[in-house]
Amino acid sequence: MKNILILGAGTAGSMMANKLFRALDKKEWKITVVDPSSTHYYQPGFLFIPFGKYSKEDVIKPAAQLIPKGVEFISAEVQLLQAAENKVILTDGRSFAYDYLIIATGARIAPEETPGILGPLWQKDVFEFYTLEGALALAERLKNFNAGKLVVSIVDMPFKCPVAPIEFVCLADDYFKRRGIREKVEIFYVTPLSGAFTKPIAAKMLSQVMQERNIQIISDFYIERVDNENKKLVSYDEREVPFDLLTIVPLNKGADFVGRSGIGDELNFIPVDKHTLQMSHYPNVFVLGDAAAIPTSKAGSVAHFAGEILFENIMHIIQGETPKEKFDGHSNCYIEVGGGKASLIDFNYDTEPLPGTYPVPGVGPFKLLSLTRINHWGKLAFRWIYWNLLVKGRTLPVSAHMSMKGKKIIS
Amino acid sequence: MAEKVIAGRTIQVNDEGYMTNPSEWTREIAAEMAKEEGITLTDKHYAVLEYIREKALAGETLTIRKIGSSGIVDLKEFYQLFPGGPLKLASKLAGIPKPTSCV
Repeated sequence: MKNILILGAGTAGSMMANKLFRALDKKEWKITVVDPSSTHYYQPGFLFIPFGKYSKEDVIKPAAQLIPKGVEFISAEVQLLQAAENKVILTDGRSFAYDYLIIATGARIAPEETPGILGPLWQKDVFEFYTLEGALALAERLKNFNAGKLVVSIVDMPFKCPVAPIEFVCLADDYFKRRGIREKVEIFYVTPLSGAFTKPIAAKMLSQVMQERNIQIISDFYIERVDNENKKLVSYDEREVPFDLLTIVPLNKGADFVGRSGIGDELNFIPVDKHTLQMSHYPNVFVLGDAAAIPTSKAGSVAHFAGEILFENIMHIIQGETPKEKFDGHSNCYIEVGGGKASLIDFNYDTEPLPGTYPVPGVGPFKLLSLTRINHWGKLAFRWIYWNLLVKGRTLPVSAHMSMKGKKIIS
Repeated sequence: MAEKVIAGRTIQVNDEGYMTNPSEWTREIAAEMAKEEGITLTDKHYAVLEYIREKALAGETLTIRKIGSSGIVDLKEFYQLFPGGPLKLASKLAGIPKPTSCV
């Protein structure tokens, strides 16, 4: 019997468990998944909770329900990876040997890393929306927010779903308009970047979207602390942004066992070959999804596209062949802008988001880098696709590699 | 891409003034470029520039946070030494490409 061990039952881990279980001979292979959480969260849905569009029930399912019956699910936390011995030790002392290991332990928010986030105003006037609890608490606060300065700010790169805070300010604009109090609310977008986004063409389009919605962008702002007493953000170069309600994207970090095992960077993300997702020195260890330190977005779409490639490669490796497929950094994200419209971006390591159509060249139905109703419906329909196809490891009618077909080259 | 004569040498720079060939860098070039930005380089500045060059030339991705935990400067000092966008400015003066943040 050979063992495949998967750490993490999120998007990446569940998808791989499903794909490998279907493909491998059950008499020869045992697949085990380890995750401390017994709940699987549909994380893209967290964005809609503060505005009352989704409820708790829309974004949770029991994790075990999304993993095949023949796969062993262990609800536990990882203490240490001993890659030289092909062994993983859990915090409860149990240890597991593996032939192949997939690390899919994701990224978490680390509000404790920035002074003042967890201060007296935490969950009173200072919130985050990257956890279910945080998003639900913010929904309650927004209901009673009738006037003042709403500040949305990012502590540092990289963070999960890099368009989410942009979507958040646009949806906030829409939310206050619907409540008829938009003119009483000022909205600020505070970022450590020099503009709205990292990639120039999308940045231009997104800053226009924000300007049209009267959202003020404060750039190159690197947060040192949250001053609870005077209700303001303070940067390392001593600039200040006052707020009445702060929604912050805290520093993102990888899993703690990564640090304990000495295999990560300073944020506990794991450096891997960006095309094969293999750890150097340990070709039987792969890192999929947000846990990997690769130069693309931390997003479900990346986990999905990279997972398709990784699955093909693992099947080759198991059969003693050389892995053929190379992950190109493909990422795509819907960007909700409120008013029932959304944009869509599609890009990879080498190509920045460009205008065009997706996934069918010239047809769509989705339009890249423009605001359409169909893009918005695509985002909403994606929740069904996620629960029923994506995490179950079913093939979606989109290519894992980014395609230039249907894209317009502009500069 | 353009050529620029600075500190008695000819160097290659891109349209934002970043050097495109890190091996052309000298301490004198850094000092002259810093003057153009209104900064007089001190030993502390040079220590940061040397650290950035060492890491960048070894292929490591640099972040503001990483420099803050380098043991050479803390983040507050880093901002004081290279005001505005410290990582961009320090990279420019260190003769390495402009840091790109990937989403």
